[in-house]
Order: sequence, then C-alpha cells, then structure tokens
Amino acid sequence: MARSTFQRMLGIAGAFAVLAILGFVILPAAVVTLAAFNDKAILAFPPQTWSWRWFAKAIAYDDFRSGFGNGVIVAGWASSIALLVGTTFAFALDRYAFPLKRTIETVLLSSLVVPHFTIGLGFLILAAQIGWARGFIVVIACHVVLVLPFVLRSVYVSLRNLDQRLELAAASLGASPGRVLVTVTLPLLAPGLVGGWLLAAILSFNEFTASLFVTAQRTQTLPVAMYNYVREYADPSMAALSVMYILATATLLTLANAYLGLGKLLNVETRR
Amino acid sequence: MSRPGAENRSNEPTGATAAGSDQAAVRLLRASKRFGKVVALDDAMLSIRRGELMTLLGPSGCGKTTLLNLVAGFLVVDAGEIEIDGKCVNEIPTYKREIGMMFQNYALFPHMSIADNVGYGLRMRGIPKPDLKRRVAEALSLVRLIGVEDRRPFQLSGGQQQRVALARALVVSPKVLLLDEPFSALDRNLRASMQMEIKEIQRQLGVTTIFVTHDQSEALSLSDRIAVMFEGRIRQVGSPDEIYRRPADRFVASFVGDVNVLRGRLHRTDNQAIVALGAARISVPTEPLARVRSGDRVDLFVRPEQMRFANSGEPIALEGTVAAHIYQGGYVNLYLEAPEVCTSRLLIRSLEPDAINRWPTGTRVGVTIAGADVMAFEPEPAIQSV
Repeated sequence: MARSTFQRMLGIAGAFAVLAILGFVILPAAVVTLAAFNDKAILAFPPQTWSWRWFAKAIAYDDFRSGFGNGVIVAGWASSIALLVGTTFAFALDRYAFPLKRTIETVLLSSLVVPHFTIGLGFLILAAQIGWARGFIVVIACHVVLVLPFVLRSVYVSLRNLDQRLELAAASLGASPGRVLVTVTLPLLAPGLVGGWLLAAILSFNEFTASLFVTAQRTQTLPVAMYNYVREYADPSMAALSVMYILATATLLTLANAYLGLGKLLNVETRR
Repeated sequence: MSRPGAENRSNEPTGATAAGSDQAAVRLLRASKRFGKVVALDDAMLSIRRGELMTLLGPSGCGKTTLLNLVAGFLVVDAGEIEIDGKCVNEIPTYKREIGMMFQNYALFPHMSIADNVGYGLRMRGIPKPDLKRRVAEALSLVRLIGVEDRRPFQLSGGQQQRVALARALVVSPKVLLLDEPFSALDRNLRASMQMEIKEIQRQLGVTTIFVTHDQSEALSLSDRIAVMFEGRIRQVGSPDEIYRRPADRFVASFVGDVNVLRGRLHRTDNQAIVALGAARISVPTEPLARVRSGDRVDLFVRPEQMRFANSGEPIALEGTVAAHIYQGGYVNLYLEAPEVCTSRLLIRSLEPDAINRWPTGTRVGVTIAGADVMAFEPEPAIQSV
C-alpha cells in the first residue's frame, strides 16, 4: 500500500508541476490582460478598480491607428513578396539539382542567424547611402528578408510531402505542365502556401527590432508606435492594445486551423 | 532490325516481329537509357502487338520500370527510338502520348472526388459535361464500383482505390495501358481476384497493356507474352509457356519458376545433346550449348515437377536423402540433399497426399528425371574453375 500512496503523491506532484509550468507560460499574458482593465492611469497589478476606458483610448490614439494601418500594409506586401520569392526558390531547391544549391539555401535562410537589429541597421545604412528616405519600400524590403526563411521552409516542406507521382499521373492523363500546376500541384500545396503566408504576415506584423531602425514617423508599424508610446506614458492603454493583439492573432490562427488544419500549417501532418 | 546475339534471343521467329511491325502498338528500337554511369536500359528491342498484355519481368533494378517510364514519357531515351502506333514519340511529351497509367500507389488525386479523379483525363481533353458524366459512369461500372462518385480517395479501401485508378486510366481510351506493379500493395486474396479482373477487363477492351512486375508467378498467370529483364537487358521475350519451358539462359531459367541446378556431363552426338547424370541420359536442346564440348561439365536445369522418385528398374539420375517436407495441401514439397550433384537442396514436388509418411526425413531415395523440356546451360565461370 505504501507503494500506491507514494505513486499517488507522485501523480499529484506531477499534476502540480504541469500546472505550474502552464501557469508560468501564460503568466505574462494574464498579467497584461488584467492590467488592461485597471481604471487608474498606471500599469499596476492587480488592479484596484476596473474599467474599459483604456481600450477606447488605445483605439482612438492616432499613432496606434496609423501604426496598425502601416503594419497591415507592410505585412501584406512583405509576406506576399516573400511567398512569391520563397515558393520559386522552394521549387528550385526541391526539384532541380544545380551548383551551389547548398550555398543558396544557406543564404536564403541566413536571416535566421543574423540578429534582427543587424538586418535593420544594414537596411538603414543602405537606404541612407543611396539617399532613400525611410519609406515603405525600405521597410517592406527589410521585412521580406526577415520572413523569407519561414515561407521558404513552409513551402519546401509541403513540396517534399507532395507525391510527384500525382503530377506524373496528371500528365499521363493529358494535362499539360501548366494545367498540372493549376489542377494538381497548387491545390495540394495550398495549405503550405497559405500557412507560410500567414506565418510571415504575423511575424512581420509583430516585428519590432529591425522595424525600429528602418521606420520613420510616417511609416512606423504598431510595435514601434507602442515602443514610442511607452517611452513617454505608462498608462494601461499599452496593456489594452496587447490584449487586442492577442485576441486578433488567436482569432486568425483559429480560423486558419479550422480551414487548413494547424497540423498542415505547422507541417507536422503525416502523409496519407 | 533483328539483331544477332544470344542476349536478345527471342523464341518467336524474328521474321514475325518484322512482319508484325505494322500492327505493333508499341515498339522499342535499340532504346538505351543511363543514369550517370549506371546503364538502366541497354539497347532494348521490343515489339508489343496491338491488344497484347506484355509483362516486363525482372528483379528490382533490372530496368523494367525505366522501360515503362520511357514509354510513358517520364524519361527520355539517350539513344534509340520509342514508337507508339507506328509513330516515333521521342520528342512527344507525356501529356500528348495518349497513354493510361496505373501507379503502384495508385496516385489518386486526394483533393478530388472519385468522379473527378476518373473524369480528369476527359476534362483535359475538353469532353463536354454530359458526355463526360456518361463515360465516367461507364468506366466506374466497368470496374464494378457503384455509388462512390462523391467520396474522396482516402475513404476507399485499397482494392477500391485500385479500381478507381484503373477506371481513370481506361476512361480516356488510351493507346497503351501501363501498369506499374499494381498488385504489390494488395493482400494475397484480393491480389488474386484483382489480377483475374484486370486480365478480363484488358481482354474485353482489347487494350494494349504493358505490365511491370517482379513476381514471376503473376507474370506467368497474366501475360500474353513476357519480356524477362536483367541488368538493363531484355534477356528473352516469349509466351509464358516458352519462358518457362524453353528459357534462353541460366538467368531466365532460374528467375522464372522453381528449378534445380544439377551438375552433369555433356555427350554430344551428331546434332543431339545428351546430358549424363548418374545412370540417366537426358536429351536437351543444343542451342544454349554451342560453346560446350563433348565430355565437358554442364548444368542441368530441372523443374521440380520433372523429377520423381524412381520405380525399380528405372534409370536413377541421382540419389539423395530426404531433408525436409513442406505440406501445401494439394501437393508436398520435398527437399533432398544430394551433395554430389547439387550444392543446395533439391526440390521435388509430390502429388501423393501421404508423401510425408512414405518418404520420412532421412530416407535415402533414387530420383529419376522425366519430362521433355529439361534445359542445360554451360556452367558459370566461377564454378567451372573449381
């Protein structure tokens, strides 16, 4: 019986450990969420009195509004361009053998190991050198470099999982290469393409470090706007914005999961 | 176009091949393909008649899949020509070749319904909707699949998926149907019934078919003719019976069907070849023995059913000891040890139900060779030097 008691205690301890770890993981988000509802104009935890007013203020704040708009523009363009470039390279890497293949792959994935501030600084120096203002083109170009590895990996893994015999079967049935692409390859790659694009868009929208270097007042994205705000004010509107951020991302991912399957999105699907 | 050389020897008269070229559905004219330094297909000559089921048989890596892919247009020949319907297709891409192909894993489109899978080839040909629907329904009923039009491939069993794949390949009325090891994914019972069914459908439609397999019993039971391949070369082309009874060389003899290889000695008379084995004298075809002199050693290739236990008074070809039995229901496989004539165990097939009791393990038995089609080949060089 002692043995079973010991096992039961071990079980309880294990459950506590798991709960503690889970709690620790969601702690920051929970603290911020609670702080957002503080009626007082300070970032404090836990709040004494409750209010929605910081949500209203965050939504109304001009810099946040333009930051959100800029973020959508930058994320949309950057992830779309990265998708186009990444898909092209993924096809080339998957289907063809050519010299310097490994080198090209390494270069494309290099922004994973180069710190974001280095990339941001690089683009800043470059833009200054050729006399460009810190306009959207520089910001978007910078973000393309940052998100490209994620799109590339996502599409590449989907391509690897695509049975090429399906394309051969289509060809044997009379489909020209163009029609094979449209009727077989692209539909089967769609989850990987959409997933890659979505991942890139979220990463771009959230990106701060490099964006700090390459954005100007006119082009600043939401994280940069938030940073500038928090340098001057310390009221809970930051926290309220964070809550909206979390909700928006969660909604997006839930929708993506419902329509694409999160397994496919993260490329952990098992081949049928 | 007939090429000398034992390697490519066909048992059909070469004249027939030449005369049959008008009605050949698919022809390979000295087709070669290499991958880097590996020669996958070497100088292949093959003529497949209209409506015929031709099997490409050989172990993995023998070039049979390469040959199939060349006909399909997935690969392009390095040298030689491939003809479909009398027209060279070397420059014609797969999608214009009007073929139908069934893949080993069926390769059904997972994102399409069964009806869309089967109708794919018709859509690519721009067949109008009502016509398309009718032909899809016909094809599905041909393979005896009813009521699955709206399902997805993953909702079907392996056998059903195979039927869909067959319907999809046949619905376009292909000039040639290509089957790439189609039965390997099915379990034993299903395999036998699908084989029969596909053979029936093939005969019914009269569609020229190239069938790739490494399974010799499958090849023997399904084919009109078989091309046995090894190391990139076509070693023999012939009917299943010809391949089994008159194999062109050692490889074909041992790859197709069970065979015992026995050491004998050749005695040549005028235009006859006789092999002496124990007290037995066995007449064998002379063609494979052109380079062997009288008195030399030869290897005798004897099928299990060509051997039986000797009755008293019959000439005994060899003596051996019963080493094992395998009961198979209708017959019993007996394994003999006879080290003087054969390094491995000999296989004898007995139809007697009480063979296990009559010849228990350890029994010393005399064996006689009875049968008209015993073949002899010159020994392999390595063994000859011993």
